[in-house]
Amino acid sequence: MSRRPGFLVYGLLLAFALGSAAPLYWSFLLGSHTKQVAAQGVPPLLPGGHFLDNAQRALDTVPFWKALGNSILVSSITALSVVFFCTLAGYAFAKLRFRGRGPLLVFVVATMAVPTQLGVVPLFILMSEFGWTGSVWAVIIPWLVTAFGVFFMRQYLVDAVPDELLEAARIDGCSQIRVFWHVAAPAARPAAAILWLFTFMQVWTDFFWPLIALPHGNPTIQVALNQLQSGFFKDYSLVLAGTTLATVPLLVLFIATGRQLVSGIMQGAVKG
Amino acid sequence: MSRRTLVRGGEPDTPRVSPPPTPSPPTSTRPTARQRLAAWDVRFSPYLYISPFFVLFAVVGLFPLAYTAYVSLHDWSLLGGQGDFIGLQNYREVLDNPYFVKQLVNTISIFLLSSVPQIVIAVTVAAMLDTRLRGRTWWRMSVLLPFVVSPVAVAIIFGSLFGDRYGLVNELLAGIGLDAIPWHTDRFASHVAIATMVNWRWTGYNALIFLAAMQAVPRDLYESAELDGAGRVRQFLSVTLPMIRPTMVFVIITSTIGGLQIFAEPRLFDETNARNGGSDRQFGTITMLVYDFGWQLRDLGRASATAWMLFVLICVFALLNYVAIRRLGLLGGDDR
Repeated sequence: MSRRPGFLVYGLLLAFALGSAAPLYWSFLLGSHTKQVAAQGVPPLLPGGHFLDNAQRALDTVPFWKALGNSILVSSITALSVVFFCTLAGYAFAKLRFRGRGPLLVFVVATMAVPTQLGVVPLFILMSEFGWTGSVWAVIIPWLVTAFGVFFMRQYLVDAVPDELLEAARIDGCSQIRVFWHVAAPAARPAAAILWLFTFMQVWTDFFWPLIALPHGNPTIQVALNQLQSGFFKDYSLVLAGTTLATVPLLVLFIATGRQLVSGIMQGAVKG
Repeated sequence: MSRRTLVRGGEPDTPRVSPPPTPSPPTSTRPTARQRLAAWDVRFSPYLYISPFFVLFAVVGLFPLAYTAYVSLHDWSLLGGQGDFIGLQNYREVLDNPYFVKQLVNTISIFLLSSVPQIVIAVTVAAMLDTRLRGRTWWRMSVLLPFVVSPVAVAIIFGSLFGDRYGLVNELLAGIGLDAIPWHTDRFASHVAIATMVNWRWTGYNALIFLAAMQAVPRDLYESAELDGAGRVRQFLSVTLPMIRPTMVFVIITSTIGGLQIFAEPRLFDETNARNGGSDRQFGTITMLVYDFGWQLRDLGRASATAWMLFVLICVFALLNYVAIRRLGLLGGDDR
């Protein structure tokens, strides 16, 4: 309904936005006060000056930098792989004609609803067989492709690449892979960027499988936060300083790319 | 059936398909060979392009899920590996475990507390965003902010906000003259606290999905409704809601699948050393039980039996949702 909203709408939205931001501020606030102040309940509502001290203590108790490196590695490799394989498959589903295309696409959509997380036991057995448990590869491999990615790229490419253009390229003697690489892939770029971002954030925030697959000494950032909290749950200034610190990377990514994220979610929704 | 044969059919041809990318000598080859090559290229390339997805997904997604059923029928320890076939004994042991029913009820309770209010609020926020706001992008980004905070971080932050003694929520309650609530020890209160975490993280995200659906509603529907004398509320109920039904189904089903597997939030909300969902497992969930059986009691057989039952439960719930939505008339026959 395209109407000019009144004060009530602005007021309610502002309240919702403040509610969205408040817990993050709370995390920073408690993380910036001393352990003693944080233990006394609600601290002064302005930040104290102890954030760096607390963060330093958090860095001393868990292998934070190692975890950060692992998370960056795992998230970027998987995001890249998802973008590559899913663009390729999405392109085939959107633009190429082949027998079985319809049923196979239905299959892809159906698998989006499969709770693959429940396959952890065999996945663990599999990774142990290969000797990958404990290494970041155990976390990377299950994420190399996603059904959502295939569907998302397919939906985008159906409209983004005109069939005439592909045909012209074929008539000019381009092989299929060159048509993909020189015509479809450049057109897919905006959607690929969004898919990259999404996968990156999803893998970054994943917890259940990394907790199982990775040992204490080689965690991702979520597993490290878990260690921090389990060891020091009485010391909220330490734990929340660490939590704030661990949230900063995605926060920065969000500030830089929030626009694309919003449009990506909305695109995926309408076409999905 | 056709799926498998087709996917397999694509693979043996891989070597024959790959030549085209390398620019073959253009003039020397005979046209017939080139044409045959081009025909193969057109015919088999699609299978080549989709096969990485299907092969990888089969290996890391579908096979483990199916193999879970196999493991669940065996005596299978984390360290000792596969043991004897024991039929349904693992299932019997899991069902006899008093925590199973308790954690099942917890899971469903947390799920209902997080999905129902979430969808109502998300639709409301979406309706407010679907107006000619100033600074539109800014508002949309602001509701999405919680999405960047990982469930683990959310659980830690809200664990502090919902602290039993000095938490902000209890201090606020005291401020308006109410008694403190034992958020961690009371069963229902702990479910409310955990559902709040889920709602906080996902409401804005779902609001954007609903917003997208609302913007796809043809504007002239509103105009004619207005001509018919429908007020804003009536327009929302009679035009907007019916038009976003398919999206509603999508959101409800995805939140069912995700919600019933909840793990990080209840696990990190626990401040006891066992971290099994509170001293009496008042907020332990089924996925936590999978972890508990498998990696604390080191019994992969019982872990698999539990995971498999949760899988069936998710399927049942997804179906029930679908049927319920149909029954309530939320899903008309006129959907595309």
